Amino acid sequence: MSSAIAWRRECGTFHTTYAADMALRPTPLARARIAIVIFAALAFGALAGRYELSIANQVGIAAVGALGLNVLVGFTGQISVAQGAFLGVGAYTSAYLTTRIGVPFWVALPAAGLVTAAVGGIFGIPSLRLKGLYLVIATLAAQVVIEWFMIHLVPVTGGSQGIFGIPAPALGPLVFDTERAYYFLTLAAVALAVLGCANLFRSRAGRAFIAIRDQDVAASVVGVDVFRYKITAFMVSSFIVGAAGALQAHHDLIVSPENFNLAVSIEYLGMVIIGGLGTVSGSLYGAAFIRLLPIALATVARSVPGIALNVNVLKEAAFGVAIIGFLILEPRGIAKVWRDIKDYFRLWPFKY
Amino acid sequence: MLARGMSAQFSAADLHLRFGGVVALAGVSIDVERGEIFAIIGPNGAGKTSLLNAVSGLYRPQRGRITLEGRDITGLAPYRVAKLGVARSFQNIELFAGMSVLDNLMLGRHVHMRGGVLDGAVYWGRARAEEVRNREVVEDIIDFLEIEHIRKHVVGTLPYGLQKRVELGRALAVEPRLLLLDEPMAGMNLEEKEDMARFVLDINEERGVTVVLIEHDMGVVMDISSHVAVLDFGKKIAQGTPDEVRADPNVIKAYLGEESEAIRAAERAIAAEPVA
Repeated sequence: MSSAIAWRRECGTFHTTYAADMALRPTPLARARIAIVIFAALAFGALAGRYELSIANQVGIAAVGALGLNVLVGFTGQISVAQGAFLGVGAYTSAYLTTRIGVPFWVALPAAGLVTAAVGGIFGIPSLRLKGLYLVIATLAAQVVIEWFMIHLVPVTGGSQGIFGIPAPALGPLVFDTERAYYFLTLAAVALAVLGCANLFRSRAGRAFIAIRDQDVAASVVGVDVFRYKITAFMVSSFIVGAAGALQAHHDLIVSPENFNLAVSIEYLGMVIIGGLGTVSGSLYGAAFIRLLPIALATVARSVPGIALNVNVLKEAAFGVAIIGFLILEPRGIAKVWRDIKDYFRLWPFKY
Repeated sequence: MLARGMSAQFSAADLHLRFGGVVALAGVSIDVERGEIFAIIGPNGAGKTSLLNAVSGLYRPQRGRITLEGRDITGLAPYRVAKLGVARSFQNIELFAGMSVLDNLMLGRHVHMRGGVLDGAVYWGRARAEEVRNREVVEDIIDFLEIEHIRKHVVGTLPYGLQKRVELGRALAVEPRLLLLDEPMAGMNLEEKEDMARFVLDINEERGVTVVLIEHDMGVVMDISSHVAVLDFGKKIAQGTPDEVRADPNVIKAYLGEESEAIRAAERAIAAEPVA
């Protein structure tokens, strides 16, 4: 009986080693839940239709990008509105390397991450002096400058036309040129990013990021080199965002400046706010929410005669309403809602 | 007094610190011997916290020298001062409010760990072993401070007295050679004060940590400190053992004001008058 409870309940579980206590999924129930999620994701890839898979790919790519942004905004407390530009740097880098130089995707993807990390690190330098709104303005400058380069550095970026004819990733005879094949690639990228971030934030460097967010003065007196870690946070975040940009480029097979403008930055900020600032899982929930919201709206609109023409207006409005709604009702986002649900069932059916 | 200065583990010499027109420190010098509990007292605005902030590297004094074990640490960045073995607490608790007690204490281990971003992301082998090893050190401190029951609580939700204790724990996790405590007992009830005083004494005696302490509760100061410096308006007006300082006329004047002399003179005059 007691072992049956221990299997299901957090409060019945006693760890005998620190390593077990420090595990990411410390209870069998949590591990079972993750196994189910992974199985469901794989089954979805095998069974879903082309349309559903294309949506899933958009969600997955956005999830990686949102996770990258959350590292900076949610975990380190450095607000950035240059997300769109950093996605663009990754996308353009990978597109340029594969189309003009003929580098394979598997090299271009990490290269895109590294180039974006370097750019992010440079634009992170003002964070030494600037906090809050002032830093937002500095990152806005980064957004504008990088956008200008995308449009005007024609020999590299193709100007306002962008770069097209980007090859789909290939691994020997296996070409990721269908939504289904690409889905598994996206899924692997999401899994890698999630695992990497979850690990990061339970270890030394990740803790330093969170410490800077919570109390930068206290962080410095326990020995955290605040400036170095802020720049590192910009670089880690940008690396992930750059990789997401590359994933997007090889999925869409085309890159152009309007996919990486300020509106994209705002959209991603919406994802991390709605999903839950400073949570790994929240980045995924937020990305899914923002990507699925317009699709759900369109579906509803199609079934109601007369409003179909206004769907685009409706999308913008719904985005705004969703953000305001979450800020008022649950500022800590979907991740917190899910936590509350789990907390409720922790002792269920007992009161305490 | 000279002999004291010569053997000091930590000393500040002739510190001057001003913010615009406001003078926070006007030539303060203190010498702290290895292994003692050194108290800094003084009225509000005397410059006590400014002095600690200058030592931590949060403020950069315009003049003067701060040395730790013979090494000049004046103007070093705060994280470098921490690496040299100086830890501190703050007057208005500065914990990482969104993190658990465990994570707060693990941050105290930051200078004793090496894992970077990549080690963390992979969390395997050496990085994992390092986390577990330092968790053991942190658990010892949790045990010492008797906060086992809250180790996984988010510190922002804890009551004030426990937060003070967690902050002390974070400073201890640094394994400091010099511990700076800024009003560790402020706002506590008698029982909590006694607990805290016991912890400070144990840290000093069992772990051999030199403690510099700012405190307003004179009872505590007199009980646990071996040496006291008194600041007033950015100047040191007295120094010595608790008994010496208590009897110092300058100290009495700073705390009770000028008129106390007049009152006392009046009292003497009244006492001298023959009773009719």
